[in-house]
Amino acid sequence: MSAVKSDVIEVHVCTGTAGVASGAYEVMDAFNNVFKSKDVPAIVKERDCKVKKTGCRGLCERDVLVDIYLPGEEVVTYEHVTPDKVQTIVDEHIGGGEPVKKWAAKQSYYDFYKKQKRYVLKDCGVVDPEDIDDYIQLGGYEAIKKVLKEMSPEDVIEEVKKANLRGRGGGGFPTGLKWTFCRKSPGDHKYLICNADEGDPGAFMDRSIIEGNPHDVIEGMLIAAYAIGCNEGYIYCRAEYPLAIARVKKALKVAEERGYLGDNILGTDFSFTLHLKEGAGAFVCGEETALLASIEGERGMPRPRPPFPAVKGLWQKPTNVNNVETFANLPMIIKNGSEWYSNIGTEKSKGTKIFALSGKVKSTGLVEVPMGITVRELIFDVGGGIPKKRKFKAVQMGGPSGGCLPEELLDTPIDYDSLIAAGAMMGSGGVVVMDETNCMVNIAKFFLTFTQRESCGKCIPCRVGTKTMLEILERISAGKGREGDIDLLESLAEDIKISSLCGLGQTAPNPVLTTIRYFRDEYEKHIYEHKCPARECPDLIEFVVAEDRCKKCGICKKVCPVDAISWEKGKVAYIDKDKCVKCRECIVNCPFNAID
Amino acid sequence: MAVKAAEELDLSKIDKICEKYKGKKGSTIPVLQEVQQEYGYLSHEMLERIGDNLNMSPHQLYGVLSFYAQFYTTPRGKYVIRVCRGTACHVKGSGRISEVVKEEFGIGNGETTEDYGFTLEEVSCIGACGMAPVIMINDKTYGNLTPEKSREIFKDYAKKFKEEE
Repeated sequence: MSAVKSDVIEVHVCTGTAGVASGAYEVMDAFNNVFKSKDVPAIVKERDCKVKKTGCRGLCERDVLVDIYLPGEEVVTYEHVTPDKVQTIVDEHIGGGEPVKKWAAKQSYYDFYKKQKRYVLKDCGVVDPEDIDDYIQLGGYEAIKKVLKEMSPEDVIEEVKKANLRGRGGGGFPTGLKWTFCRKSPGDHKYLICNADEGDPGAFMDRSIIEGNPHDVIEGMLIAAYAIGCNEGYIYCRAEYPLAIARVKKALKVAEERGYLGDNILGTDFSFTLHLKEGAGAFVCGEETALLASIEGERGMPRPRPPFPAVKGLWQKPTNVNNVETFANLPMIIKNGSEWYSNIGTEKSKGTKIFALSGKVKSTGLVEVPMGITVRELIFDVGGGIPKKRKFKAVQMGGPSGGCLPEELLDTPIDYDSLIAAGAMMGSGGVVVMDETNCMVNIAKFFLTFTQRESCGKCIPCRVGTKTMLEILERISAGKGREGDIDLLESLAEDIKISSLCGLGQTAPNPVLTTIRYFRDEYEKHIYEHKCPARECPDLIEFVVAEDRCKKCGICKKVCPVDAISWEKGKVAYIDKDKCVKCRECIVNCPFNAID
Repeated sequence: MAVKAAEELDLSKIDKICEKYKGKKGSTIPVLQEVQQEYGYLSHEMLERIGDNLNMSPHQLYGVLSFYAQFYTTPRGKYVIRVCRGTACHVKGSGRISEVVKEEFGIGNGETTEDYGFTLEEVSCIGACGMAPVIMINDKTYGNLTPEKSREIFKDYAKKFKEEE
């Protein structure tokens, strides 16, 4: 990050969901109070001091993150800032010119960014998401000006086609081509929808983009609306994201006041009205036809295609649906040109992809990497590897529609086609890392529980099929698995995949199929030996302390919530099975893996 | 705030809410959301009143509300504890956090304490995976939890609720 040019002292505080949860607003107040107080260092008095809220810059786990910009100096980032640290930072760093080393971000913070290419997220974490002028100052709304002034709708579509942008919602369909269908579709009223119903558990890319830079998404939508010929649009955002909703509302209002939305945008004859729709908690609404039904005020059930939304979509009018990240890619494609854009990434997958990195990895958060980087680089170089010196076991990519990849496939390059070949998928971008203490049968069961609950019930393969698969997984993890269960799961999975109506059912078996494909031995151990090697399925754990491995530290006794463990200094711990509630607290906390 | 008995509720606010949406297409969900925002839940009587206003049958409305996880047909606690059961939280042990709620308040998923203090809601993903495991209590998010840390938070809220009553 570069030094600031102006003479203003700026304090940037991360106010994404994670930042706010960690106390970002309290930290902002603390800075404002110190700046206002009498005994503030002289340098602060002489200069303008600005405390600015920014969106997510990625490393959520270290929140509250604060950047201090002093004129002519490199920016200094502080991690885990709390209000009580603020006075010292102001006195020593802003006043005295010496950064407070003990709280400044360490090398691992910068390692997190080293292999990233932050293009879509360039201003996320820099721009004030609630200040349109800040966005404009950073070059915002320049792309739509260029489009309206210099380009025909066909030019825009051509440019997006040349950039080879593929939909970031998961499927990877070429965006320019999708637009062509809707543009060519007859009709005078066309709708443009931004799908911000990010329901994949383990994904928060769209939330972070909207919270961090909502005008970027609005500008992307304007470009698309002009290219396709849409005059009305909706941002469909899930209700679980209150902060994102609040920021979109604010952004829509001010964009309209400034003439970027509404009739005759920027004095041209292009008009576009944009509304916000809040979801009401249904995962299937991320599927585009279900999403349309939900906007219409119906139960959010998918509809058979054809007719495709491009022909008959919202209220039977031609409709184009794209994902948040896809829209957020557009302004920079227009500004920098398709040639620049298509130099990033691989031959078939251009640009960057944003991932939500979480689970058993040291640096969890939001990352943006060029297509083609390997899964290993993503987890070990960007994410810093596995904490607690444990071993990597699997990475789940693509959420409930995706799959689990084992260690052998860590060198798979991240692009749409390689991931599908490996049995996973890009999905929307959730990446959940698992270590040796995570059971693969359990994770398959977890996803099936989710898809089964979220199945809308319209088509039988999905409604009954996922339920049957779940029942089989439940009995396997309870130690009641039968001979032939694995084959049965596989054959059910194939049937559900080919016969379900929408993407939810068609992809629901993927987590089961990939865990069987790569971790078959673990399924077999559950079924034939009644053992859970990862010690995660409570019914298959004995809860006995292994005397040879126990180092007599007594941690298990401390963490047991029901006092079922007896231990004395220098002695091996003992678990009273009558009292034990099988909560696994002892297993999770034992540093020596000494409980079987 | 004690929960009012159904017959004490003044349902006339529903008319005002519906007025804003009359003639607008696709307004079913926003109307239900706004009415629920006002009363905390959606009763049969409320659905009838909405139906009268929008010229829809209560059954049609019920069909819509029963589809979505965020509509409730019974009053809920003053504090809604949302335990995230997303993937990242799952692999980091969020199942135990729900158990701690059960231990502290005696409620399971979807249940409310008798004094209408607390409701437990297991949710799919609240998108704060970077700080898993995560819970939300009303609009406040708490992350990087352990079962014991969460127990302390619940105890604080229980105390707070008692003082407020």
